Amino acid sequence: MKRDEALDMVKESLAEVVPDADVTALGPDDKFREALEIDSLDFLSFIEILGRRTGFRIEDEDTAHLTTLADSADFLVARTADGS
Amino acid sequence: MAEFTMPSLGADMDEGTLQEWLVRAGDRVRKGDAVAVVETAKSTIEVECFETGTVGKLLVDPGTTVPVGAALALIEPAGEPGAPKEREKPDKPKKRRRGDEARPEEREAQERRPAAQPAPGPAKEPVPAPAGVNDGVRGDEGPLIRHLAEQAGVDLDAVHGSGPGKRVTRADVERAAAARRLPARITPLARRLAGELGVDLSGVTGTGRDGAVRAADVRQAAPGPTAPAEQESSGAAAASPSAERRPAGMREAIAGLMARANREIPHYYLSTTVDLTAAMDWMHEYNRHCPPGARLLPAALLLKAAARAAREVPALNGFWTDDGFSAGRGVHLGVAVSLRGGGLVAPALHDADTLELPQLMAGLKDLVHRARTGRLRGSEVSDATITVTNLGDQGVESVLGVIYPPQVALVGFGRVVERPWAVDGLLGVRPVVTATLSADHRATDGAVGARYLTAVDRFLQSPEEI
Amino acid sequence: MGTGRADERKTTYREAMREAMREALRADDRVFLMGEDVGRYGGCFGVSLGLLEEFGPERIRDAPLSESAFVGAGIGAALSGLRPIVEIMTVNSSLLALDQILNNAATLLHMSGGQLPVPLVIRMTTGAGRQLAAQHSHSLEGWYAHIPGIRVLAPATIGDARHMLAPALADPDPVLIFEHGSLYNTAGELAPLSSPVDLDRAAVRRRGTDISLITYGGSLPKALAAADELAADDISAEVVDLRTLRPLDDETIDASVARTHRAVIVDEAWRSGSLAAEVSARIAERSLYELDAPVERVCSAEVPIPYARLLEQAALPRTADIVAAAHRAVD
Repeated sequence: MKRDEALDMVKESLAEVVPDADVTALGPDDKFREALEIDSLDFLSFIEILGRRTGFRIEDEDTAHLTTLADSADFLVARTADGS
Repeated sequence: MAEFTMPSLGADMDEGTLQEWLVRAGDRVRKGDAVAVVETAKSTIEVECFETGTVGKLLVDPGTTVPVGAALALIEPAGEPGAPKEREKPDKPKKRRRGDEARPEEREAQERRPAAQPAPGPAKEPVPAPAGVNDGVRGDEGPLIRHLAEQAGVDLDAVHGSGPGKRVTRADVERAAAARRLPARITPLARRLAGELGVDLSGVTGTGRDGAVRAADVRQAAPGPTAPAEQESSGAAAASPSAERRPAGMREAIAGLMARANREIPHYYLSTTVDLTAAMDWMHEYNRHCPPGARLLPAALLLKAAARAAREVPALNGFWTDDGFSAGRGVHLGVAVSLRGGGLVAPALHDADTLELPQLMAGLKDLVHRARTGRLRGSEVSDATITVTNLGDQGVESVLGVIYPPQVALVGFGRVVERPWAVDGLLGVRPVVTATLSADHRATDGAVGARYLTAVDRFLQSPEEI
Repeated sequence: MGTGRADERKTTYREAMREAMREALRADDRVFLMGEDVGRYGGCFGVSLGLLEEFGPERIRDAPLSESAFVGAGIGAALSGLRPIVEIMTVNSSLLALDQILNNAATLLHMSGGQLPVPLVIRMTTGAGRQLAAQHSHSLEGWYAHIPGIRVLAPATIGDARHMLAPALADPDPVLIFEHGSLYNTAGELAPLSSPVDLDRAAVRRRGTDISLITYGGSLPKALAAADELAADDISAEVVDLRTLRPLDDETIDASVARTHRAVIVDEAWRSGSLAAEVSARIAERSLYELDAPVERVCSAEVPIPYARLLEQAALPRTADIVAAAHRAVD
């Protein structure tokens, strides 16, 4: 997966969880849980949606890598390395 | 006739706006059915009725604001004589069955319906007939037709009669039955989605090859974010408190209630820190082996422990009224849900102490989702026997809350944090959470509260058993 | 040649494959190439042109017209510590070596209780489209993908032609590489290699959201062309290049179907008992509840591939067939 694809996937997943949030205003290193007021239930849906979009399973332990747009995209790229 | 009244959906509510009727006059309702949507200062709530019977007259039009206790509709309890059997359909010419008129014999009808069949008394609740209703009164259907309709689950009143005198023929029933049947082809994804989105496939038209129902058809049929607006009658939309006004109204309502709670309730506060190693280890292990959609959050374990402890210490689970304390029937755990854009509601998770963790987790998700989309039910808003607030997501470690009257206790959980922790004389780093209790000193003393928090701790040490 | 700078130039599939062999021959003395006409003639399809001059007859060996004999010799060489690359002219003639491949190469590790790995690479041409008639045009790689104990590769891009040989040689087990004859003249830029090709993973060649076109080898360019046409119809097609036919990369297929909910499998082999059948079955097994339309297959007509040009083209999967199948699934 290319990084910009990964980034789009993260943004789309966030937008699906918080439909009224302006994801475009989010900086790459902003902590999105705080910026978008995402609670743990929302975050769980985010993980589900992201997992569905990418086709791989995100474990509880992986969630430490999913705090900003930048680290989430890096995580997805690393996870799908060699896939394309 | 029983009156269906504007319910009190919380101690802070004195009036509500009837936004939408979910039933029509003549509909049969059972106790617990949602019959109306009421908008309060805090949220939009589906209100259930407490009678089983037939809806008589709707007394209040959508968009009207009435005080708590005002009659909204009349309900004819089941079994009472004279209960109207038919449904009124204001949007369609009314069809009536009349057994006392001679009708041309119908091919399929083997015999006529006996005239003794109790017919609705014409004098009772005369319904103004829309223009054109009498240009052909539908005849009575024979037992064969009724039998066929019953077998196929077809509502004869909803069937357009094509026979003489607008009588319903066998072909009409078969057509209606075919329309009601599940579409012949449904893709696996569509079927799965329908289950997830709660869509009844019998009403969905397929756009795929050979009429196959596909995912897009199901999504179309699902009640999306725009659907409630479409369902809303225009009158209700115009008269209901506008969305912009609600935050202010909600703030006002919270202000009134919390000021009262702080004024009237002598709070005492207790706090303890709970080692969550066992709970978190168990949860992560559980999550590793379940599909992503079924994973648990720490909140589910905390809520379950709080509910079990409430069952064990019933003196904290109930209401303080003028007469003193009355224990709650069952543990209905109020869950504080903060709304986007501000405000707070604390709907009840019914019988939380008896729910298995996966059920509790699913119930929690559903409750939070509906709290935020404004589709709570009346019983959820008014039934809570003890409330839990979990501010862990906001990053704080402990919360000392204000009790939600007339309840007598509020349980708080902070964030799960890693802290140095001494075990058997050795220091380790462990996940811990601070559990607090705000309790009404009129109802209980500190020793009772202490028993409660100890019980919470104990339950969290054996997660596989809670 | 063979340095980083040379990698960035415009090249062809044929040259990329030759470059990969040249690199392997230079890097490891144990590597040698053996096959019919690979030396003096430069290979039946010109892939090994110039290698004899550079590496000499010891390492670029012309073999007699006996597939069973020289594949068997390759297996023996691999068993005794060399790293042979054996070239067979076409997959049709490889059947003469099928006994060696199936009964020896694929089973010796098992029969010897793990003592005798066979680090052999066999390259061969497959596929139709060049009017070589029914005895040199079939796509039988799916048969080989049936056999446990070997790995089956189908490089479809210049990049894979250049970069799949090295990991294939590094594999301790026999690896079969199928080169579709219509790809040799494909020209393009060879991108610098960022990381070694992972032989366990399929490649998503184009991202899409509405339908997955799952294919490999010579059908990849057709699938990509179909995706372009579909884009004009507002259908976003994802193109998955299986590139390793055994073992199949289920995860990439699953993930793609989970994204698009529809699949068309394009395989130049005959439909019955084909690799397309295998992929289709796996989608049904693993992703049924993701499917929003029946799986479609586009395969060759079940006839010996005709010689006459128009008949040959009509027998093979065409871009228009793929587009039509995609429409059936999406519309």
